Amino acid sequence: MNEATQQTPVLEARNIGKSLGGRPILSDLSLSVYKGEMKVLIGPSGAGKSTFLQCLNHLITPDTGELLLNGERISPANKGELRSLRERVGMIFQDFNLFDHLTAQENVSIALVKVKKMSRRDASLRAMMELERVGLSRRAGLYPAELSGGQKQRVAIARALAMDPEVILLDEPTSALDPELVGEVLAAIRELARGGMTMIMATHQMDFARALATEILFMEKGAIIERGAPASLLAPGAKTRTQAFFARLVAEESAC
Amino acid sequence: MLSLDMFWNRVIPALNEGLFFSLSLIIPSAVIGFLGGVCIGALRVYAPPAVRRIADFHVGVIRGVPLLLQLYFLYYALPKWGVRFSPYQAALLGFILCSSAYHSEYIRGALLSIRQGQVKAAYALGFSTLQMALCIVIPQAVRRALPGCGNEIIYLIKYSSLAYVLTFIELTGHAKELTARSFHYIEIYFTAGMYYLAMTSLAAWLLGLLEKKTRIPGFGAQK
Repeated sequence: MNEATQQTPVLEARNIGKSLGGRPILSDLSLSVYKGEMKVLIGPSGAGKSTFLQCLNHLITPDTGELLLNGERISPANKGELRSLRERVGMIFQDFNLFDHLTAQENVSIALVKVKKMSRRDASLRAMMELERVGLSRRAGLYPAELSGGQKQRVAIARALAMDPEVILLDEPTSALDPELVGEVLAAIRELARGGMTMIMATHQMDFARALATEILFMEKGAIIERGAPASLLAPGAKTRTQAFFARLVAEESAC
Repeated sequence: MLSLDMFWNRVIPALNEGLFFSLSLIIPSAVIGFLGGVCIGALRVYAPPAVRRIADFHVGVIRGVPLLLQLYFLYYALPKWGVRFSPYQAALLGFILCSSAYHSEYIRGALLSIRQGQVKAAYALGFSTLQMALCIVIPQAVRRALPGCGNEIIYLIKYSSLAYVLTFIELTGHAKELTARSFHYIEIYFTAGMYYLAMTSLAAWLLGLLEKKTRIPGFGAQK
């Protein structure tokens, strides 16, 4: 046994299943993420990546399975436990989901005041610090509509970081961005990984996944059909589904 | 022809008194009606299904029955069950109920128009449903509902004249009494009309100012 498996996972999902209208959309998904790891979910659209991520903080309630945060079983029926789960698990969305009526700084500070019960002053200072970290302290007073997509996503990252989450879920954080804005967001995420943040990320950025993932999980039709280190799944000549998917993405990109 | 002397010394003071009584109905009805509308609108979107149905039913009844009939009911029918209101109380209650029902419809539409992603983001940060509604969705929805709610307030200014039928003598009531004594229908009703027009114009101007004050760059309807 290596060292990692002897620790308790930061977040563990066991046998998550979900059906909608009698049709299974997630079947028996399990995942453990340890401190400082980055798990990457890849797979075609409609594979259930986003649904799975949202089951991990119960934005979507799974039908079956259980969640453990630092080894403690979460009962989501208990509102207090559910809120503490969400407070401790950060989330970044594909389309940012900033609060439109609040400035960048207020977007970051509001949950500190409302959920963490910080004073307004401390929350504003902390928000400034987080915006500084993603390079946006000079945009603190602007509203979401006045920011570019990349800037919006960096504010969303600052908003999640300010809560001091134990793990961050990233749901295709660059998919809604213009190509020239992808880089700045990936750079911010890379910086997080370097700082030892634990993350689970759904993405189509294969180069990014290859470089940073501890493990890649390939999903199709609501199931994980392949998993492994990027070095083995994406090894030149490897006959894996992941490799085939990767090759097709590259081919499509060069065809454009 | 109405003499200028009578106009300034009899008609204007009487209408001013009526104006005062009208405002004593309009201002509290507008404020409480709006706040009530926000509450009912929020309940109709976020409350558990049972509460939602009750609120929907309430709005359905208030919107579906003539206001005049509701006022008669409050003032003349309820005393049979031992519930007695003064004409002022009955009119105020009727206007608040009516106004809040209409406001709730504008607020409900605005609440539904707020992108669901923001609701998800608030939950993902650990907000309770109440915090999410109060801090994220309602502040945006109220801004978006302002033009509709302003419309309702202007309408309220005019239907406040119905209080007259409950023997609460406000602006229209005073005008009616003046004509009954002097028969100068044209001059008196015209002047009373100008009073209403002044009130609605002032309200429209204030509402426009409020819209401008609460506007957020890139959010909602831009001018």
